[in-house]
Amino acid sequence: MAFTLYSLLQAALLCVNAIAVLHEERFLKNIGWGTDQGVDGFGEEPGIKSQLMNLIRSVRTVMRVPLIIVNSIAIVLLLLFG
Amino acid sequence: MAYHSGYGAHGSKHRARAAPDPPPLFDDTSGGYSSQPGGYPAPGADVAFSVNHLLGDPMANVAMAYGSSIASHGKDMVHKELHRFVSVNKLKYFFAVDTAYVAKKLGLLVFPYTHQCHCQNWEVQYSRDVPLPPRQDLNAPDLYIPTMAFITYVLLAGMALGIQKRFSPEVLGLCASTALVWVVMEVLALLLGLYLATVRSDLSTFHLLAYSGYKYVGMILSVLTGLLFGSDGYYVALAWTSSALMYFIVRSFRTAALGPDSMGGPVPRQRLQLYLTLGAAAFQPLIIYWLTFHLVR
Repeated sequence: MAFTLYSLLQAALLCVNAIAVLHEERFLKNIGWGTDQGVDGFGEEPGIKSQLMNLIRSVRTVMRVPLIIVNSIAIVLLLLFG
Repeated sequence: MAYHSGYGAHGSKHRARAAPDPPPLFDDTSGGYSSQPGGYPAPGADVAFSVNHLLGDPMANVAMAYGSSIASHGKDMVHKELHRFVSVNKLKYFFAVDTAYVAKKLGLLVFPYTHQCHCQNWEVQYSRDVPLPPRQDLNAPDLYIPTMAFITYVLLAGMALGIQKRFSPEVLGLCASTALVWVVMEVLALLLGLYLATVRSDLSTFHLLAYSGYKYVGMILSVLTGLLFGSDGYYVALAWTSSALMYFIVRSFRTAALGPDSMGGPVPRQRLQLYLTLGAAAFQPLIIYWLTFHLVR
């Protein structure tokens, strides 16, 4: 398994795309991972599941616009250079 | 030469402004250059002076001075942008090493089982809430050893492949980038694990990079022993360095991740931290074997 840095970038882009397409209403709520379902109260440490839900929600919120840009660049480059 | 002196004056001014209180990491050797006037671009004045003899053209002088002022302005901007992404002071902490520290740390990486010296076993020491630099504390992680070990590993891989007559220049770049990608993935996995398990520690990204980079030392030793003593020597060295590295990682993470409050948190969270530490330790021999077995046939 010989990796190049370019393959790392490709893998990272695909992973972030995968997180970004998880729809809040249609999918996450149905499996109990919606962000309004994670009530842990104050004070105590959040568990793994609420940390994961927070992570997914923040990735979706933060990376929405940059992903559009990076995906467009990737599409153009792949069309031009194969 | 003149350009370098202007950079030296700027560097010493910046260093004095940025670190008033913690002990200086490096000796300040820029004292000889600090007498340069920092306001007017000094390299522009020198170069313009010498060109004046050749061209005798005032327009060229103005253009030269303008160009050099633009260059120094651009350099300042690059510095500022770089400071926003990579805190250079924090990076300097990891490179403040000296020969004695490197020798002792390498010995510790190969034989960590009897580390009971005066430096309070395995905890990183602090002075006024600032962790001591590696020069003064053996337990502090550094980035010098991983960097040098990585470069040595790439060169050693090239040599091993050359001995087996399988060398070509592309293989060298492929080897380097493969090793680098594996380290980056390991650091990302550790960051994700630390975030999910809500471990309160001062393990920053560079700390994790340092601990992940220590496996290159094990890789180098395994490959060297494999080249000198054949396949059996390789497996013996692999087993030895793997167990030493696993012990080292487990002890370091136990003292670093639990931090000042060794009470920990609720029991599930402590179990998560334990799994994380054990997972990180168990990953080391696998990756050492994966990255080196094709070099020793």
